Amino acid sequence: MKRLESNFINMVLSTTIVALLAAGILGYVFTVTKDPIAATKKAKQEQAIKDVLPEGAVLNADMIQEIDGCTINPAFDAEGNFVGAAVESNDPLGFGGNVKVMTGFDAEGNIINYSVLEQAETPGLGVKMLEWFKKKGNKGDIIGKNPETNNLTVSKDGGDVDAITAATISSRAFLRAVNAAFAAYKQANFAGAPVEAVAEETEAINDSIDLVEVVEEVAEVATEVAKEAKVTLNNPVPNK
Amino acid sequence: MNYLKTLFNGIVKENPTFVLLLGMCPTLGTTSSAINGMSMGLATMFVLICSNVVISLLKNLIPDKVHIPIYIVIVATFVTVVQMCMEAYLPDLYATLGLFIPLIVVNCIVLGRAEAFAAKNNPLASLMDGIGIGLGFTIALTLLGSIREFLGKGCVFNTSIFPEQYGMLLFVLAPGAFIALGYLIAIVNKITKKS
Amino acid sequence: MNNLIVSPAPHVHTSNTVTKTMLNVIIALLPALVVAVIYFGMGALIVTGISVVSCVLFEYLINKFLLKKACTIGDLSAVVTGLLLAFNLPANLPWWIIVIGALVAIGIGKMTFGGLGNNPFNPALVGRVFLLISFPVQMTTWPVPQGFATKYIDAVTAATPLSAFNEGATEMPSYLDLLLGHVGGSFGEVSALALIIGGIYLLARKVITWHIPVSIILTVAVFSCILWLCDNTYMDPLTHLLAGGLMLGAIFMATDYATSPMTHMGQIIYGVLIGIIVVVIRTWGAYPEGMSFAILIMNAVTPLLNHYCRPRRFGENPKK
Repeated sequence: MKRLESNFINMVLSTTIVALLAAGILGYVFTVTKDPIAATKKAKQEQAIKDVLPEGAVLNADMIQEIDGCTINPAFDAEGNFVGAAVESNDPLGFGGNVKVMTGFDAEGNIINYSVLEQAETPGLGVKMLEWFKKKGNKGDIIGKNPETNNLTVSKDGGDVDAITAATISSRAFLRAVNAAFAAYKQANFAGAPVEAVAEETEAINDSIDLVEVVEEVAEVATEVAKEAKVTLNNPVPNK
Repeated sequence: MNYLKTLFNGIVKENPTFVLLLGMCPTLGTTSSAINGMSMGLATMFVLICSNVVISLLKNLIPDKVHIPIYIVIVATFVTVVQMCMEAYLPDLYATLGLFIPLIVVNCIVLGRAEAFAAKNNPLASLMDGIGIGLGFTIALTLLGSIREFLGKGCVFNTSIFPEQYGMLLFVLAPGAFIALGYLIAIVNKITKKS
Repeated sequence: MNNLIVSPAPHVHTSNTVTKTMLNVIIALLPALVVAVIYFGMGALIVTGISVVSCVLFEYLINKFLLKKACTIGDLSAVVTGLLLAFNLPANLPWWIIVIGALVAIGIGKMTFGGLGNNPFNPALVGRVFLLISFPVQMTTWPVPQGFATKYIDAVTAATPLSAFNEGATEMPSYLDLLLGHVGGSFGEVSALALIIGGIYLLARKVITWHIPVSIILTVAVFSCILWLCDNTYMDPLTHLLAGGLMLGAIFMATDYATSPMTHMGQIIYGVLIGIIVVVIRTWGAYPEGMSFAILIMNAVTPLLNHYCRPRRFGENPKK
């Protein structure tokens, strides 16, 4: 069969049909893979958070807060008590670009764990940040430390943490991200009971205080009226 | 037509990486480890086979003046299908290969073989050619990836052969890719020219 | 088997040979080596020894088994490459890294392109930059100069003047320390004075001409002076000249025959551009020292300079 002639109708027809077929195939594959893709993304996000929190932590999607560019995911245990939060923060001044860290803090503010979500550092140098700051016995280990009481900056800047050898810039970026996460975590004010519940309680208490005042006033007025009534009863005014 | 000969042609005589020097961009960009190189090669091979067969089936229905846009639409459709399936079912690999998956569309090998072979031969021969060239590309990428991973990190396919601290980091980065590829092409061509 | 070469007159004879030139370069490098041993102890000698032996060995092996050509180690160019590579390394570098560097310098930097004279890039610098990127931790931990007491293994390490400045230090070593070499760094580059003495020797023996070293030094001085006058926090010109690998690069590495331009005009442009690139990398780049990169970049530009700075033929119309 000879190849189709390149006249106008053939060209338009062939390109249109091929485009329609392609669109159909792509549309079908899209709908088939849409849900798995969404599920994978969600699972990845949740895994990143679970990695830095203690075992058995339960998340509450409604209580996620965004402060200063950091995302705070609070976590609770099986009874609903607040146990800590996983905070996602980033620092743009890494050696090769943005450094995004997910840090897990417990209720007192101690660092439980961390995982580096995004980095573009030099292999063999800055990339070491993935394990350097959690290696036991290493003077760069920040696990268990509380940014409130420990100075989490590199030794060169007067801090307590040993920077990665020959990768000071990457180390500084990482620690800045962790400190930013802690600052946002403090601002979120999760310590003890969650903030919203306390506010509700306070509101309820305030409401009831108002109610009590109103009732007291009404009672006062009623007493006054009753007194007047009693007086009138005791001293009947003669009918005219 | 000797179909087996077509198959082996793509692996040795017309190996896309070592002889034709096509598709250099993904070759250099995705071979930082053996498994990455192999995955990239297999993804390209899948697209190559599908596009070769489809284009060969439709070769008489595509007018000459619009054949390039139609070829590209066909190739792009298959690449997007591969991309969506990878994102859904192989998310870790998808994250590692990243931007290079959609770049398969402009990989010279795919369009080049479509023009040079599929447009002129029957579907079965095109299938053999797709498999052959795809295998040649995959073997080349896996070989380069293994060498770079071995010299750079001391492991091959993630199994450590010597401690990572003795690895020459340069080979994990772009300059090492060029150097390793250059020497590999020289060695392969020297060996095949002898025989 | 000696070939008889036939060519038309005129013939110019000179007693100069590659070996003699290389010997002069080795002699010029000796003052720096002596200072290095005085400041860094046995480590400097060990690194130099391993480097030179490896380079010669690899050139011999590659010539004999891979290229199957006549042996060229007698022209001493491998020895010079070994010395220059060693001078760019810290005095406590583990031996196997030095051997890899020598293999890369000779194998990739020189022999792959066809041997002496065919290489487009300075082989010692190719080896050095390869090692810097491949082993960043070992290549950036320099021992503190403690004289003969400096150990080869487990030496006390500290930052060099340039790397300290890059991380924000404001206290720099005194000019005298920088001149004599009593600072940290690669052991061949620390002593500006010893290198200048070697440079004067090379000029006197007509191995190099003044164009490249002077243009590099003047450009660095002028450019860094302008920056320093604009803003005092930049490094001052004298520190730029005395610290880091500038003297070593300007006198010994940039002047390599095969990789620098042939005409004087080309050489001056080459030197000026190296100077600019060095100051740019040192001031705004991520690396504290940029001399090796600057020279390698300009090595790549050398063919272009050779093409555009050709001398005019006698009677040639320049407009054509």
